Amino acid sequence: MARQFALQGARVLTLEKGSDILAGASKGNSAILHTGFDAPPDSVEQACIAESHQEYRNIREKLGLPLSQTGALVTAWTTQQEQQLQGILEKAHRNGVEDVELISAKAVLKQEPGLSSHVRAAIHVPRESIIDPWTAPYVYMLQALKNGAQLWRSTEVLSGVFEGDYWQLNTTKGVVRGDTVINCAGLYGDVVDQRLLKHSDFEIRPRKGQFIVYDKAASELLNAIILPVPNEITKGVVVCKTIFGNVLVGPTAEEQPEREDASVDKSTLEMLRHKGEEILPGLAGMPITATFAGIRPATQFKDYCLSYDRQKHYICVGGIRSTGLTAALGIAKRIYRDYENFGHRHTALDDIVYPQVAPLAETEKRDWQRAGNGGIVCHCEWVTEREIKQALGGEMPARSLSGLKRRTRATMGRCQGFYCSARLSELTAGHFDNPLALDDEHE
Amino acid sequence: MSDFPQRCTVAIIGSGPAGLACAIELKKLGVDDIVVLERMGEAGGNPRHCGHSPFGLQEFKRIYPGPAYARKMVQTAQQQGVRIELNASVVELGEEGLLTLSLESGRHQIKADKVVIATGIRENPRAPRLVSGQRPLGIMTTGALQSMVYLSHKKPFNRPVIVGSELVSFSAIASCRHAGIKPVAMLEQNNRIIALQPLQFYPRLFGIDVLTHTQLLEIEGKQKVSAVNVQVADGSQQSIACDGVIFSGQFTPEASLARLGNLQIDPLTQGPVVDQFGRCSDAAYVAAGNVLRPVETAGWCWREGRQLAGSIKADLDGKLPDISHSIRVDVQCDEVKYVMPQRVTLTDSHRDQFFQLRLKRPAKGSLEIRSGDTLLLSKSIHSRPERRILLSMPYLEALAVGETLTVNFQS
Repeated sequence: MARQFALQGARVLTLEKGSDILAGASKGNSAILHTGFDAPPDSVEQACIAESHQEYRNIREKLGLPLSQTGALVTAWTTQQEQQLQGILEKAHRNGVEDVELISAKAVLKQEPGLSSHVRAAIHVPRESIIDPWTAPYVYMLQALKNGAQLWRSTEVLSGVFEGDYWQLNTTKGVVRGDTVINCAGLYGDVVDQRLLKHSDFEIRPRKGQFIVYDKAASELLNAIILPVPNEITKGVVVCKTIFGNVLVGPTAEEQPEREDASVDKSTLEMLRHKGEEILPGLAGMPITATFAGIRPATQFKDYCLSYDRQKHYICVGGIRSTGLTAALGIAKRIYRDYENFGHRHTALDDIVYPQVAPLAETEKRDWQRAGNGGIVCHCEWVTEREIKQALGGEMPARSLSGLKRRTRATMGRCQGFYCSARLSELTAGHFDNPLALDDEHE
Repeated sequence: MSDFPQRCTVAIIGSGPAGLACAIELKKLGVDDIVVLERMGEAGGNPRHCGHSPFGLQEFKRIYPGPAYARKMVQTAQQQGVRIELNASVVELGEEGLLTLSLESGRHQIKADKVVIATGIRENPRAPRLVSGQRPLGIMTTGALQSMVYLSHKKPFNRPVIVGSELVSFSAIASCRHAGIKPVAMLEQNNRIIALQPLQFYPRLFGIDVLTHTQLLEIEGKQKVSAVNVQVADGSQQSIACDGVIFSGQFTPEASLARLGNLQIDPLTQGPVVDQFGRCSDAAYVAAGNVLRPVETAGWCWREGRQLAGSIKADLDGKLPDISHSIRVDVQCDEVKYVMPQRVTLTDSHRDQFFQLRLKRPAKGSLEIRSGDTLLLSKSIHSRPERRILLSMPYLEALAVGETLTVNFQS
C-alpha cells in the first residue's frame, strides 16, 4: 500500500508498531506466489490474487526479485479426494486459470519420482511459483521510501480523531496528521478499527500455522509444490522447496486467542514430520534445519475484509490471510482505484526509483560470488559480511536479530548460529534493541 | 586473490585437529603441494573455543587448554611449511576434486587430486530436537556460547539452564563461569548423568541444580527467554525462571558439504560413508576426524588425520586397490549406534585395521561380525555408550566383492 500510494504521488507515512516491518503475520508463511486457481470464485481475494500475480511478474526484474516457477500438484491420496479433483479443475477454470490439467498417478510420478507411490492422481498447476517471502515486501517498502514515503517504526497508534477533513492520530511517538488513514494492521486490524472508529466490521481470529524446514540436501527430492486437496478451512499441509533451496512442510491451521503466540509444539511438529515423510519418503533421515510458526489474521469471514468509509477518509484492509504475500500488490492497486473513484487525486511520479537489493535466492547470483564481500560470516546460508553490514545500514536498518535474518538469512541455516553467533554479536553490537550479547563484556 | 592456487595435490577442508594432523603428516611424507582451506578467520577448529583442559597429551606430550592447543597445532603446521588459507569457504564439492570456494575476492575454483573433508562436528541446535515453545533470544548451543565467551568476550545471558549432561555440558559450565554467567540448572532426561560419573559433583559445587530424569517441555519468553517448563522425575511439571537455554551435546557431523556433494551418507553416523582408508563414495574425497561420526576427542581426531595422510600417500602412489573392490558393512542390531568404516576395501592383508563402534545404551553380551552364515569374529563386551569400542578386523582375505559383512549383538 505504501509503495502504491507513494508511486502515485501521495505523501505517505507508514506507522509500524514493531521495531521492524514484517514482524507480525508476514514473518511466517509458505512463500508461494499463487495463481488463485483454488480461491473462492468471484471473491475479492481471487481478484486481488489474479491481478497481483501478474503485477509481480511485471515488476520483479526491475526490483531484482526472484521467481521460481516450479508449478504445483494438487495431489489426491484417497478415492474421495480423487473425486474432488474434477471440482478443483472446474474452479480453476472459473477463476481464469486455464492452463491446469488433471494428470494420472503415472504422470505424477514421472514428474515427481520422489513422491510416494500411493498418489492416485493430481491437478497440475504450471504457474504456481515460489518467491522470497521477505525480500519482496521489504523491497516494496524500500521502493516507497526511495520515492518519498516515510516509515516510523516502534510507533503504535493509540487513538485518533477525524476532524472533518483530516485525521489526527495519537501515537507513541506523538501526534500525526493525515488526510486519509489506511488500516493495514494485520493481526491488529480490528484493534486499530476500534481505536479510531470505535467499531470494527470484523474480528481477528488468529490462526497459527507451524512449519518444519529441511536441509538444502532435501531439495533434490522434489520439483513442484505438493498441495493436498484442500478442505473448507485451510489449504492443508504443503510440501515444497523454498527459494533458498530448503524444503518446507506445513502449515497447520490452529485457531487460538493470542495474536502473538507463535510457539511451536513438539507433537504437532512430529505430526508434520510424519506427514511430510508420507508424501515424500526421502525426507526420512534428512536433517531438520528449522521449525517456526506464523499467525494468519483470519476473521469470521472467508473473504478479505476491505472497506472504505468515504465520509471519514478511512480505508480498512483487514483479514488478509495466507494469500497476502501474493495478493499484496493487487490489493494495493484495487484500493488505490477505489480511493481515486472517491475523488482523491495525486500526480503520479514520472521518474520512479527502482531500488535493487542483493538477492538471497539460490536461483540468483549471491554476494559470496562477488568481489569485496568481506568473507562469509554465516556459513550455512553463505551470508557475507558485506550483506550483514548493508542490512544494518541504509533506509531501513535491521533493529533485531529477526529483522537481520529476514534481510540476510544469517543464522537461519542448519547450525542455527553454532559457527557465527560470536561474529554476529560483534557485527551487530549497538544496532539492536535486544542485543545478542549483554552490554557488559568480560575478560 | 591472484596467488590463490587453482590446482594442488591435496586440498584439506578444515583446520581442526584432523585437518592439521593430516597436513603435517603429508608434509613429512613428502607430499608438498597441499593447501588447508579454513572458512573462519583463524585456524584451529573447535578447540579454539573450548576453554577447558585437557588437550594435547597424545600429540604434544603436554596438557593444554583448548585455545592454547589450537595455537600449538597451527604453529606446528606452519613450522612444517603447511599453507593455511583463512576465510576460504568451500561451498561446493564437484566431480573429481573440483572445489568451489567463496573468497573475499569472490568465487574461486581449485582442483585437487585428493580432497580431505575434515569439517568436524557441531551440536544439534533447538530445531532438530523439535522443542516446544516460543523462539526468543537466548537459545544457543555450547559451541555458540563458547565462541561468544572465548572469541568475542561477550555474554549472551546471565542465568541460563543447560540441557544435557554430556562432557560438553560440563564444559558449558566452565565457559559460563569464565564469563561470570551462573547457570540455574542442568537438565538431563535420562535417570543418570551421561558424562562419566565422578563429574556429577562438579555442577553441585557451584550451586547448579542437576535435575536427572527431567524433560524440557517448553521454552517461554517473548523477546528474551523468561522460563522453561520441565517435567521432573515424579511426573509433575515445574517452571524454572531463566534468561537463556544452552542446548549441549547431541553432536552431529558437519557433513553438509558431503551431503550436498552427493557423497553417500551413513544414516547411523550422519557422516560420509568411508572405507578403512578414509575414502568416500567418490575416491577423490577422503575424510577424517569428527565429520565421520559423533564425537571423539581432539587427540583421536589428530590420530585419524595422521593415519589418513599415510593412506593418501599410498593411494597417490597407486598402492591401494580401487574403491570398487569393497564390501559393505551393515549394522543389524539395535544396540550398536554405528560402525565405521562402513565399507571395507579388500586388500592382501587386514592386519592393523580395525572397526570403530559405539553402543546406543549400556550392554553386556557379544559382538559378532558375519559374512552370510559364517561367523568371522565374536567378542564379548560389557560396555557403555561413552566408550569407544575397537575391533580388529578379522580374516577377510577370502571374501569377494558383492558379499556383505553384518554386525550383530547377542546378549
